Amino acid sequence: MVGILQDKDRIFTNLYGLHDWGLEGAKKRGCWNATADMIAMGRDWVIDNVKNSGLRGRGGAGFSTGLKWSFMPKEVREGRPHYLVVNADESEPGTCKDREIMRHDPHLLIEGCLIASFAMQAHACYIYIRGEYVREREILEAAIKQAYEARLVGKNNVHGWDFDIYVHHGAGAYICGEETALLESLEGKKGQPRLKPPFPAGAGLYGCPTTVNNVESIAVVGTILRRGADWFAGFGRPNNTGTKLMCVSGHVNKPCNVEEAMSIPLKQLLEEHCGGVTGGWGNLKAVIPGGSSVALIPAEQCETALMDFDSLRDLKSGLGTAAVIVMDQSTDLVRAIARISYFYKHESCGQCTPCREGTGWMWRVMERMAAGEAEPGEIDLLLDVAGQVEGHTICALGDAAAWPIQGLFRHFRPEVEERINTYRARKGSFAGHAIAAE
Amino acid sequence: MPVAKVNGVEVEFEPGMTVLQVAERAGEEIPRFCYHERLSIAGNCRMCLVEVKPGPPKPQASCALPAADGQEIFTKTPMVEKARKGVMEFLLINHPLDCPICDQGGECDLQDQAMYYGRDESRYLENKRAVEEKAISPTIKTYMTRCIQCTRCVRFVTEIAGESEIGLISRGEDAEIITYVEDAVTSELSGNLSDICPVGALTHRPWQFHYRPWELKKTFSVDVMDGMGSSIRVDSRGAEVMRILPRVHEGVNEEWLGDKSRYIVDGLNRQRLDRPYVRRSGKLTPASWDEALDAVAAKLSASSPDRVGVIAGDLQDAESMKAALDLFRALGSANTDCRQDGSALGGGAERAGWLFNSTIAGIEQADVVLLVGADLKREAPLLGARLRKGWLANHVTVGAVGRAVETTFGVKQLGGGLQSLLKLDKDFVRLMEGAKAPAIIVGPGALSREDGPQVLRAVADMAKAYNVVRPDWNGLNFLHNAASRVAGLDMGFLPGAGGLSAREMLKPGALDVLMLLGADECDASASSAFKVYVGSHGDRGAHGADVILPAAAWVEKPGLYVNMEGRVQMGERAVFPKGEAKEDWAILRALSERLGKTLPYDSHDQLRALLMAEHPSFGRIDYVPEAAQPLDLSSLGDRKLVQKAEDTGAFASPITDYYLSNPIARASVIMAELSALRVKAQAPMAAE
Repeated sequence: MVGILQDKDRIFTNLYGLHDWGLEGAKKRGCWNATADMIAMGRDWVIDNVKNSGLRGRGGAGFSTGLKWSFMPKEVREGRPHYLVVNADESEPGTCKDREIMRHDPHLLIEGCLIASFAMQAHACYIYIRGEYVREREILEAAIKQAYEARLVGKNNVHGWDFDIYVHHGAGAYICGEETALLESLEGKKGQPRLKPPFPAGAGLYGCPTTVNNVESIAVVGTILRRGADWFAGFGRPNNTGTKLMCVSGHVNKPCNVEEAMSIPLKQLLEEHCGGVTGGWGNLKAVIPGGSSVALIPAEQCETALMDFDSLRDLKSGLGTAAVIVMDQSTDLVRAIARISYFYKHESCGQCTPCREGTGWMWRVMERMAAGEAEPGEIDLLLDVAGQVEGHTICALGDAAAWPIQGLFRHFRPEVEERINTYRARKGSFAGHAIAAE
Repeated sequence: MPVAKVNGVEVEFEPGMTVLQVAERAGEEIPRFCYHERLSIAGNCRMCLVEVKPGPPKPQASCALPAADGQEIFTKTPMVEKARKGVMEFLLINHPLDCPICDQGGECDLQDQAMYYGRDESRYLENKRAVEEKAISPTIKTYMTRCIQCTRCVRFVTEIAGESEIGLISRGEDAEIITYVEDAVTSELSGNLSDICPVGALTHRPWQFHYRPWELKKTFSVDVMDGMGSSIRVDSRGAEVMRILPRVHEGVNEEWLGDKSRYIVDGLNRQRLDRPYVRRSGKLTPASWDEALDAVAAKLSASSPDRVGVIAGDLQDAESMKAALDLFRALGSANTDCRQDGSALGGGAERAGWLFNSTIAGIEQADVVLLVGADLKREAPLLGARLRKGWLANHVTVGAVGRAVETTFGVKQLGGGLQSLLKLDKDFVRLMEGAKAPAIIVGPGALSREDGPQVLRAVADMAKAYNVVRPDWNGLNFLHNAASRVAGLDMGFLPGAGGLSAREMLKPGALDVLMLLGADECDASASSAFKVYVGSHGDRGAHGADVILPAAAWVEKPGLYVNMEGRVQMGERAVFPKGEAKEDWAILRALSERLGKTLPYDSHDQLRALLMAEHPSFGRIDYVPEAAQPLDLSSLGDRKLVQKAEDTGAFASPITDYYLSNPIARASVIMAELSALRVKAQAPMAAE
């Protein structure tokens, strides 16, 4: 027995693909059980239960899912249908949880889509799947076909809620995981985030009320309603409840995806599920706890950090998608963050100024710092630039590009300074002085 | 009305306004690049950041944020200043430092705002980005390294011009503005792209490196390239017009201008008639003013009054037409006509019988519009932009009778000629009958045919049947492509009692002396008369003339012009006429003296005063008649059968090429290039 969560409480019982992903297998594991009864309870019951379960969005921002659903208009107006859009554009570096759901437990997602659509009075649901997820899409589409054939979804289905589900294959842009850029892309336009307000609940897909949810947020709904909100709320700390898929990668002995209770201590997660950090706990240098967008935390903070939204926020990092990237003492942290900066420079959509210009600037300075080829004063310049990008952009990509850099200097500034000094020492004299003698 | 506080000062605003508009209402200037009042909101430059309470603890883009009652807006806090300076620094890191050689220099938004928000030194030590130059149009010079990706051009082209020809490709710092597969921009409104570009990325190619903006003398004038009468500013240096830019006039051109109106500038310097010519032994030879005027006077006094006549052209000012009309009436001639295309309009007692009655701005109110032989792309592209606005908002349904033409809005094609007009599509008839504000736009092509009076009658019948003319709304609109036409009709520059029309005057043997007052769009080659051409350019009219009297182009003389909605506008003189050329009215005044019929005015002011006294409508400058002008529909047109409706073809515009529709345009190299480009774009590909 490792970790906190017991096998009986797991939602994703086929996370590792050891069993049949198809409809028969899913039904054996409890999926599609009593779905009609849940729908018979009415939409208020569904939304209240999701609210009471304390489920917070699993895509990274951690906004209450039930609350988000309740923002949808109560009445469907003529000519303005409601839509559910599932964000399966999982592209955050380090994150690989949604793909496991889609290829091993697709029926949980489909069932969740039906329930969520019913709760929001949507008759159509779009699943926007990442361009690189080809096999995942094939399995998801096969599962949807099974559900149609069994009349679980579709027109005149057994659940009594007319409902169509469409899979849309993206073209592989990170920015299309931003909910409004995703809607633009879904409409056939260039994937660029929209200005908010208006929020999608008011004017989303084709200008109609829309809710965009992460795959995991939707896939857990069926089980929450089956086992009760209290059951789900029983895991984790208050305000950080439920179970969560965590993806651990990097310098651990056994990288893995695992479903765990929220608020599990980071150390316990690494030690018990991943066989510990390579070379032992003492060899740990830093951890990025929530995907590349969040700031890293140094080893000493990892001792006490809990894997939940509030604990990591207090450490000026974030839970994000719970994609834990572990880095031991062998890691060149500056180069690692420089690589992340390149990623954001490459994925910036180019729409708004601070992100378009700032990500490239930050990346270039980071590249030089990784080699030590910089002025000591440029560290403050870099932090100033990061501060000018953060919070000044249309979407959160600007923030995501700034945070890793800010995290690096918050905890490892001396390391960068030392590298700059070493570089200057090795050069003998600094370039400016050498010219006079030539 | 809701109230917000801007920097502590309370200001009322209308619901739906943005924070930026509210702040402007309070007198605060908000810097911006991507925001433009007439385009959709992009919110991407991030220059207009302000602090708003209640709201998140970070600056907000004011251009896109709806204002709310009780909101507190701060535009000068340290947080805002820092954020704007940050954005400015980002904009400048990849912007070249080439203001001294940039055509936008001196009138550049980025330059101006950098004066306040820019740093005095650059902190950016990396290489700057460079972007390949694009060859997108003869009218647009690109320097894409200067581009700040505000996407104003993309939005203008898609929203106003109605052609999806420009887009933003790639992403991140590689994002660049490009035309679709390196194609050319073919819109008639492409010049506006250079106007709205807030930096020097898109500038006017025909004028590149010709001037610095602060060297130019600015003269307010009126455009004469079409019947809209767009407000323009003529910028000149010394004796030469350097450029023409639009002025804001909400009732007419908003702030746009067609390419022809803007880029004919080089046409003002080419093919000019700068001295008088007299035809001697079959050849036009230079002559003195005395010789030329004597030759004309001799011919005129030797001819019987009913054997002489005058046709006024499309670009004439009202004063010169008044002087010509007075002269020929003094001679006892009734052969005067300002309708060189042979249009059936004019003659009635009511101005509404030839005006664009809904007004140009008012056409946006219409919900069902029937185009009769109107080709807006060629005849009035800015009017097309107005209709497109309504069409985009799903507010107007447009049907068209006439030859199928390109439009920038959706059109239901309802047939081609008079036959289709008389038996209008049943579905569309139902729409017209149920419309709140129905409008009919009759193009010049429909009324300038032999059966023009018949068509006019049919249109008037239709207007009556569908209640298009009401006490509070007059949707019967006559579209003019000639800038001088409405002024001519207003002053009665029409055949007098027993007089000949333009069409009749041009027939062989009809006249002994024919004066063409800037009239180049009529074919006078068949006429056997002694032809006198008064005009500025050596074009069709001058080619067949026996005497040429060189006159001023419209920017070289003060003048009154009446646009198609009946709005009288005043143009000022920007430069002096070329060479020995004189103002038109002065030529006619000199001629009248030689004929012993001296016209009763010695100065332009006296002439204008007399015009205004005789025709009070000319005294109401920049005034547009109310929609509810009286109009007796039964007075329009003629039911007399000229041709059987079945025998006539589809209505077609008299303008076959937008870029080459008048003598100045035909003299312009830029117009020729644009025209050639259009011909190439329309040529079918091999596979088609």
